[in-house]
Amino acid sequence: MSAESSPKIVIVDESPIRAAILEEGLREAGYTDVVHISEMQSLLSRIYALDPEIIVIDLENPSRDVLEQMFQVSRAVRRPIAMFVDQSDAASIQASVEAGVSAYIVDGLKKERMKPILDLCVSRFKAFAKLQDELDRTKHALEERKVIDRAKGILMKVKGLTEEEAYVLMRSTAMREKKKIGEIAQSILTASELLK
Amino acid sequence: MTTPLRIGFIPLVDAAALIVAVDKGFAATEGLDITLVREVSWSNVRDKLNIGLFDAAHLLAPVAIASHLGLGHVKVPIAAPFNLGLNGNAITVSPALHAALMAEIDGDRFDPMATSQALARVVAKRRKSGAEPLTFGMTFPFSTHNYQLRFWMAAGGVDPDEDVQLVVLPPPYMVDSLANGQVDAFCVGAPWNSIAVDLGVGHILHFVSDILLSAVEKVLAVRESWSEKHPDVVVALVRAHLRAADFIEQPENRPEVARMLAQPERLGVDASVIQRTLDGRLKISPDGTMRESNRYLLVGREAAARPDPGQAAWLYAQMVRWGQTPYRPEALKAAMAVFRPDLYDAASGHPAGPSHAIGAFAGPPFDPADVPGHLAAFKIRRWKP
Repeated sequence: MSAESSPKIVIVDESPIRAAILEEGLREAGYTDVVHISEMQSLLSRIYALDPEIIVIDLENPSRDVLEQMFQVSRAVRRPIAMFVDQSDAASIQASVEAGVSAYIVDGLKKERMKPILDLCVSRFKAFAKLQDELDRTKHALEERKVIDRAKGILMKVKGLTEEEAYVLMRSTAMREKKKIGEIAQSILTASELLK
Repeated sequence: MTTPLRIGFIPLVDAAALIVAVDKGFAATEGLDITLVREVSWSNVRDKLNIGLFDAAHLLAPVAIASHLGLGHVKVPIAAPFNLGLNGNAITVSPALHAALMAEIDGDRFDPMATSQALARVVAKRRKSGAEPLTFGMTFPFSTHNYQLRFWMAAGGVDPDEDVQLVVLPPPYMVDSLANGQVDAFCVGAPWNSIAVDLGVGHILHFVSDILLSAVEKVLAVRESWSEKHPDVVVALVRAHLRAADFIEQPENRPEVARMLAQPERLGVDASVIQRTLDGRLKISPDGTMRESNRYLLVGREAAARPDPGQAAWLYAQMVRWGQTPYRPEALKAAMAVFRPDLYDAASGHPAGPSHAIGAFAGPPFDPADVPGHLAAFKIRRWKP
């Protein structure tokens, strides 16, 4: 893709990591003119100054409502912008909303040019969500590990058990009560806190 | 059998009937298993309702009408069987603008004509001194806040498109923007006005009930096609809301309601701020001045929840007045058809309640049968006959 045919794309996203993932994807696909806005103050005037043909924004961003102002006819608006909605392709809109991304285009930009960009945004947003999810799960597992270790320590001290015995006790209690071992460990910590 | 429903809302006090319907169990009694989804923007609420990710939504009344007419976005027919609130917004100004207005005011400071004319003088002085035009924040192009600000300032001679700047700001950013001088004033719903006053960065200049006696604010919105497919669910949903609204309007229940709304996954703000709004007793100035109004926010009393197509007509007339759409008689009819007193009556069991005249402080009384005639009476407008 030659430089002059690459539309100017603005990414509005407060998450620097997700924006970087998206930007990288767009560049790899040959879209060289990409600008990231992470600061929501004076968002509209910054967009007008950049004068992009495509704006991509994440749906967690309250400033999405600010962009709606671009559809209004006013002196501030240089050229009309519309939300990218291809009514012939409801599935792609559904996919983008579910992935958490929304796109706006200047009037007149052909939808054939927009479609691959939106698809790319959707897949990168999904990839980011998956990463985030994995990170959250790892964090959670680490936290749980710590709680279990502390609970084990308490049982060893109070009941004079070995480390393995303490763990087996928690695990069998969890199975009997149909709870997670992390929950049992947490109850032990809470109880010991109360009984202090 | 229970019916699972997903309903989107924005964390504002006028989502009260919806939140109480769910959290107090009124919806469950009706056989509805509702998951409330908190959203960050009206665009999200609109889009997720449109594409069916939500079955129903807490929605700005003008957005419901705009969606139905296909203004500004895709056309998705909407039915609004329940008003979530009448009034509830306020105009808050920075301490500097407040001082400037009070220096210019000729008359009662709660009289919107007096403040509007004072604003016109402030605007004229600023222009003469070469100062930047004043900036007003509101929540959405198709919002009651937009129309209320415009109606008020235009009455005193301020052209909202020429003399000042109106900008969209997400409600959670309003207070910061007022504090750092990005805006000089804003019109928004609760709790944001009170928060600005509590932080000492704003004065509540007007309750919108000063400007319009009864103005529909948010509605419970569903897709028209969905309501046709699930008439029983709509009735059950409205009935749950009716019971919730009744509950909220009992003064002895207010502390419980305020606590329910204050929950982190609901509004996530202090319960006392919420209760002030529900009681219509607000601190309007950082020095502690209080003001009371029995019209600040009506959730269910005076049949406030019953949709009135005349109110939809008034909102459509504002879209026309400010150039968001040309006037078309068939569009007016369609806008009025969004508001569904028939569905409300089917749930309440007693047909035909009172209607809610707008009761604007300026201009002739509104007549839905003659929108062009009504608009012609206003000097400042974008609509041309």
